[in-house]
Amino acid sequence: MNLVVCVKQVPDTTEVKIDPVTNTLIRQGVPSIVNPFDKNALETALQLKEQHGGRVTVISMGPPQAKDALKECLAMGADEAVLVSDRAFGGADTLATSYTLAAAIRKLGNYDIILCGKQAIDGDTAQVGPEMAEHLGIAQVTYVAKLTVEGAAVRVEREHDVGYEILEVQTPVLVSVVKAINEPRLPTVKGTMKANRAEIPLWGAGDLAVSEPRLGLKGSPTQVRKIFTPPQRTQGVVIQKETAREAVADLLQKLADAKIV
Amino acid sequence: MNFELTAEQQDIRKMVRDFAEKSVAPTAAERDEKELFPRDIFDAMGKLGILGLPYPEEYGGAGSDFVSYALAVEEISWVCGSTGIGLSVHVSLCAWPIFRYGTEEQKQKYLRPLAEGTKLGAFGLTEPNAGTDAGASATTAVKDGDSYVINGTKVFNTNGGEAEIEVIFAMTDKEKGLKGLSAFIVEKGTPGFTYGKKEIKMGIRSSVQRELIFENCRVPAANLLGKEGEGFKIAMSTLDGGRIGVAAQSVGIAQGALEEAVRYAKQRVQFGKPIATFQGVNFLLADMATQVEAARLLTHRAAYHKSNHLPYAKEAAMAKMFASDTAMSVTTNAVQIFGGYGFSREYPVERMMRDAKITQIYEGTNQAQRMVIAGSILK
Ligand SMILES: Cc1cc2nc3c(=O)[nH]c(=O)nc-3n(C[C@H](O)[C@H](O)[C@H](O)COP(=O)(O)OP(=O)(O)OC[C@H]3O[C@@H](n4cnc5c(N)ncnc54)[C@H](O)[C@@H]3O)c2cc1C
Ligand SMILES: Cc1cc2nc3c(=O)[nH]c(=O)nc-3n(C[C@H](O)[C@H](O)[C@H](O)COP(=O)(O)OP(=O)(O)OC[C@H]3O[C@@H](n4cnc5c(N)ncnc54)[C@H](O)[C@@H]3O)c2cc1C
Repeated sequence: MNLVVCVKQVPDTTEVKIDPVTNTLIRQGVPSIVNPFDKNALETALQLKEQHGGRVTVISMGPPQAKDALKECLAMGADEAVLVSDRAFGGADTLATSYTLAAAIRKLGNYDIILCGKQAIDGDTAQVGPEMAEHLGIAQVTYVAKLTVEGAAVRVEREHDVGYEILEVQTPVLVSVVKAINEPRLPTVKGTMKANRAEIPLWGAGDLAVSEPRLGLKGSPTQVRKIFTPPQRTQGVVIQKETAREAVADLLQKLADAKIV
Repeated sequence: MNFELTAEQQDIRKMVRDFAEKSVAPTAAERDEKELFPRDIFDAMGKLGILGLPYPEEYGGAGSDFVSYALAVEEISWVCGSTGIGLSVHVSLCAWPIFRYGTEEQKQKYLRPLAEGTKLGAFGLTEPNAGTDAGASATTAVKDGDSYVINGTKVFNTNGGEAEIEVIFAMTDKEKGLKGLSAFIVEKGTPGFTYGKKEIKMGIRSSVQRELIFENCRVPAANLLGKEGEGFKIAMSTLDGGRIGVAAQSVGIAQGALEEAVRYAKQRVQFGKPIATFQGVNFLLADMATQVEAARLLTHRAAYHKSNHLPYAKEAAMAKMFASDTAMSVTTNAVQIFGGYGFSREYPVERMMRDAKITQIYEGTNQAQRMVIAGSILK
């Protein structure tokens, strides 16, 4: 089974600092990590490989230092890694990112399952995975909390607010996973040493079958108008009274106080 | 001249640091309080390859070097001195003499599971009446056909009771004094080999020390390590390497205390200012940081010598002596900087200060280190 895992290198903080002038990420001084959900995706792939055999390839689009993220994935047990990196990819939004990554996956060739994290902890859009599936013309299942494979059939449980949705899909398929799916393993000493010696190939625009205007900033229809930290969501209030009448009265009073009604 | 760690050493350090933060640090205070030995943590270190870090892959090791091993002990001790010494004893005092002096069969039978981390190791030299004077061993081993019959008692055995494999020392020929001491590999569960009392200690309380009791314990002659009479040489050369581990443990404990002290000094406000702004406090921090750095350099150099097959007995003794004194003074000053809160069990620096003391005592007291160093420079 050929498994491809897409990993994004992200800053090690959920409180991303943003340049108020350019509206872009301030990456300086913030240590980088593998997007946590992508480690769950890698763990899923490694377990599938242990059960069914095959190869695990990790792929990341990003600046040259994203190599560190790929090295960590190799240390955890991935068989090979590819860094997709080129000046021309700079300023990509989710559409240009997924377009470029899809072209790189096509170049890898034979794949059965593509695994992604449910979202990146910096961009948070959860769009790159589904968009890749669209570019590649394959099935997609998002927010997966459980996954088993039998032949070409993949049985998954999708996480929902109120329960799980159980689906069966055929490979090739793109799956995005949630944290609950597993506990990512730690790298071993031998894996770390192997990763240190590994040559990570770098694919630029010239290595991919892509159309220039669809790359990077040029290929990005998204215009970031403003980025801000949303106000902290406060805990909901449960109104508990002897009777429904009293509870409703209390609710109306609260809504009136808040000038909502 | 190059002070940089190799890329491999840096990566292994980061890997062990992540493990230490995730799997060792969270339980360190509770394990200390309740004197709990973390076999699960040792099993996890085994799976990750940490217990066999410097040994070749053909013997189940990870195939790295002694610098990476020292870095691993430092990283683990940074968050838990108890776990740090258990690791050091396993790698340096039990696996190493088998690696260095063992036959091919002994290596496959004993070094492999130690390096793979499926079995835990220990080292039994000290006796009630033979501490610094290790040659005064009263434990005896008498050859009888295809086996040796061992009688005697060892004390303060780190990992004792938990370890499946013990390297122990016994007199095969009392007449010959130091030249009559021999080394043996003894498996847990061997008839006649039992455990006595468990030590209750000031520090490294999550590490375990037990008494080993040998009563007509029959060990196969094939478990003699090296030749008869080589025991003292084996013990001393093993301890030379062990001291690099104790030095690394000391650096780790000191670094942990230094970081706690820096953080606290920046936060704690007195007289309207963070205490770190007072020269009386920040000069102390400057001295602590300098001592830790010097101790680390001595430790890395000794480990580098060992990795590169250069003489390292003097270097290891210097590193152990200086780093352990550093651990004691840095942790004591960290408690001072925390004031009354430093004396409280709510903060980790009091544990670090208790853990630091033993580093000046075991694997040769710091007086014994001076004997080694003086002996080496007056040769
Ligand atoms: C602060 C900020 C500023 C931004 N500014 C701009 C801007 O000025 N102009 C602009 O066009 N866009 C901008 N972006 C969007 C940026 O390009 C996206 O972060 C990127 O396209 C990925 O989307 P995402 O982070 O939401 O990932 P998601 O869609 O949430 O990621 C889902 C999954 O897709 C995979 N994945 C995502 N990215 C990669 C990757 N690079 N390599 C491999 N796998 C990946 C991973 O498996 C991941 O778990 C900005 C984003 C942020 C956070
Ligand atoms: C927590 C712990 C773990 C240990 N783990 C192990 C282990 O795993 N395996 C093992 O074999 N042992 C172990 N030991 C034993 C340890 O190595 C000894 O305690 C140490 O070597 C000192 O021996 P001693 O306690 O008998 O002190 P002694 O030798 O009685 O020394 C008492 C004092 O006299 C000083 N002294 C002695 N001789 C001289 C001299 N010639 N010149 C100057 N001063 C001298 C010493 O420095 C010390 O200050 C451990 C001990 C402890 C407390």
